[in-house]
Amino acid sequence: ASGAYPKRVKVVEVGPRDGLQNEKNVVPTPVKINLINMLSETGLQVIEATSFVSPKWVPQMADHTEVMQGIQKFPGISYPVLTPNLKGFQAAVAAGAKEVSIFGAASELFTQKNINCSIEESLERFEEVMKAAREANIPVRGYVSCVLGCPYEGKISAAKVAEVSKKMYSMGCYEISLGDTIGVGTPGSMREMLAVVMKEVPVGALAVHCHDTYGQALANILVALQMGVSVVDASVAGLGGCPYAQGASGNVATEDLVYMLNGLGIHTGVDLQKLMDTGTFICNALNRKTNSKVSQASCRL
Amino acid sequence: MGTVPSALKHCLSYQHLLKEQLWIAEPPAAAHPAQEPQASGLPEYIKIVEVGPRDGLQNEKVIVPTDTKIELINQLSKTGLPAIEVTSFVSSKWVPQMADHKEVMRGIERHPGVQYPVLTPNLQGFHSAIAAGATEVSVFGAASESFSKMNINCSIEESIERFEEVTKSARNMNIPVRGYVSCALGCPYEGNVVPDKVAEVSKRLYSMGCYEISLGDTIGVGTPGSMKKMLEAVMKEIPLSALAVHCHDTYGQALANILTAIQMGVAVVDSSVAGLGGCPYAKGATGNVATEDVIYMLNGLGINTGVNLCAVMEAGNFICTALNKKTNSKVAQASFSTGTTN
Repeated sequence: ASGAYPKRVKVVEVGPRDGLQNEKNVVPTPVKINLINMLSETGLQVIEATSFVSPKWVPQMADHTEVMQGIQKFPGISYPVLTPNLKGFQAAVAAGAKEVSIFGAASELFTQKNINCSIEESLERFEEVMKAAREANIPVRGYVSCVLGCPYEGKISAAKVAEVSKKMYSMGCYEISLGDTIGVGTPGSMREMLAVVMKEVPVGALAVHCHDTYGQALANILVALQMGVSVVDASVAGLGGCPYAQGASGNVATEDLVYMLNGLGIHTGVDLQKLMDTGTFICNALNRKTNSKVSQASCRL
Repeated sequence: MGTVPSALKHCLSYQHLLKEQLWIAEPPAAAHPAQEPQASGLPEYIKIVEVGPRDGLQNEKVIVPTDTKIELINQLSKTGLPAIEVTSFVSSKWVPQMADHKEVMRGIERHPGVQYPVLTPNLQGFHSAIAAGATEVSVFGAASESFSKMNINCSIEESIERFEEVTKSARNMNIPVRGYVSCALGCPYEGNVVPDKVAEVSKRLYSMGCYEISLGDTIGVGTPGSMKKMLEAVMKEIPLSALAVHCHDTYGQALANILTAIQMGVAVVDSSVAGLGGCPYAKGATGNVATEDVIYMLNGLGINTGVNLCAVMEAGNFICTALNKKTNSKVAQASFSTGTTN
């Protein structure tokens, strides 16, 4: 129930990658670089910079090499990039990446539709990346999608999430980010899923990546924190809609998350005002309104 | 919103919907043991108090005609909601949106088992409400002196005296009175509000005969941290079963705050269909938490509310069309989009 909360939470900022990748408008490379540089000044320790996938699949990330090479790399800040396969990994390292991420899923159908193979096959692909990363001393973060529901399969069993998470952890991922990809989870399903996953992966290696499509994100994150999770993914200004529910929102907004953590007395190291300023910058560049309620509210306390 | 959204078309044949619309189905009758609310210390049943027709419409820019208000309330009466705040017997000089309070009160269908409370700021309003057929009333206090002065032009103590007149008359007529405490987690004028002050005002309202105290985060600035501290102070003075939370979502914290409250045993939650009602203190910001989003969360926790989520979304769609605005409910937004492939 409502026991003690972690004293510190690491916020993983996914706006420049997950956020921008799921926005209608594409921003030019200098804007992306400026976004990441501004985020680097907010106190965030981890900023997901880009994705080394083929521009055929993800045109918004076509400038991955330029972005990676163009950003200021502040000491103490990590700039992980997505690498779907060995080729992407090699391109990432050549461009200066020092940390990479791989994406699995707890749903066979989702994996089929998304990357055209089975979960097992996707993990075999990743094994190549893990091997190369090990040799190059590059840490790898693992993502598991659809942990609380799948747009194709519907309900997802917690056991399946635990199975995939365990495999990725055993392969060498230092952290597993559990993603509620379509935001259908509730504190009930979050608790149930985590209880099962925590039997296979130590809680210190777990992160939650909640989408706010059904408005449940902060409540779900609260439950995760209560269960000992201390790493939370979020996207500045709540960038990134849901590709499975047209017009609906996606990522939870970093500002709203930090506001909640501040209120709980949990240390994040993040300067909320600088974060809001960064959100304002990117929303202007995207010509859209923020999805962060904290940003929208003009009440000052 | 001209054409009927596809999710809504499904809603119209409610029976079919339950099996098809995966994410907004009713909770299973026999909950999975791991999810049983009692096992996790949560209430088994939560009473939802629907404030859309009053708090919601009062804070909307567009004023809707009396017929629309009546239709909204009638639709809400069919959703399973146990309490629907209908209108406010205040002078139309102050709150023009509620000028038709008598007509609304007299015009609505009264479903058995549903309460229809109305706001009564003073004895005059109370008498007027009773004459129009009201069988439950509410009084509004605040935990902040500045807010009380700016809002109702008197001190907290003076407002309490006014309310005592109401509760005295109400007691004589066997009319239940609900008490609201505004600014429970922060005030637009004073900033921080001390939990003990909230407890003190709550205790005054409870002692004078209010059967329930609804603690309002009027500007939505609260967080699970401040909610917990405030409730701990209030729970020293008021029995848990007499407490409700009225959270605003201005800073996106409402559901997390409500979750915190229910984890502490609070079993009454106020909300507004479609999240009607912006924040009068933060231009353009949202206000009330959306009933749909609350129910979605409670369903997911295996908590019984008696409310049909789909029917609420229908009512939400109706009133948003009438107001010519988009819903503030994320559940409604997600369900009315092209949605899942099937």
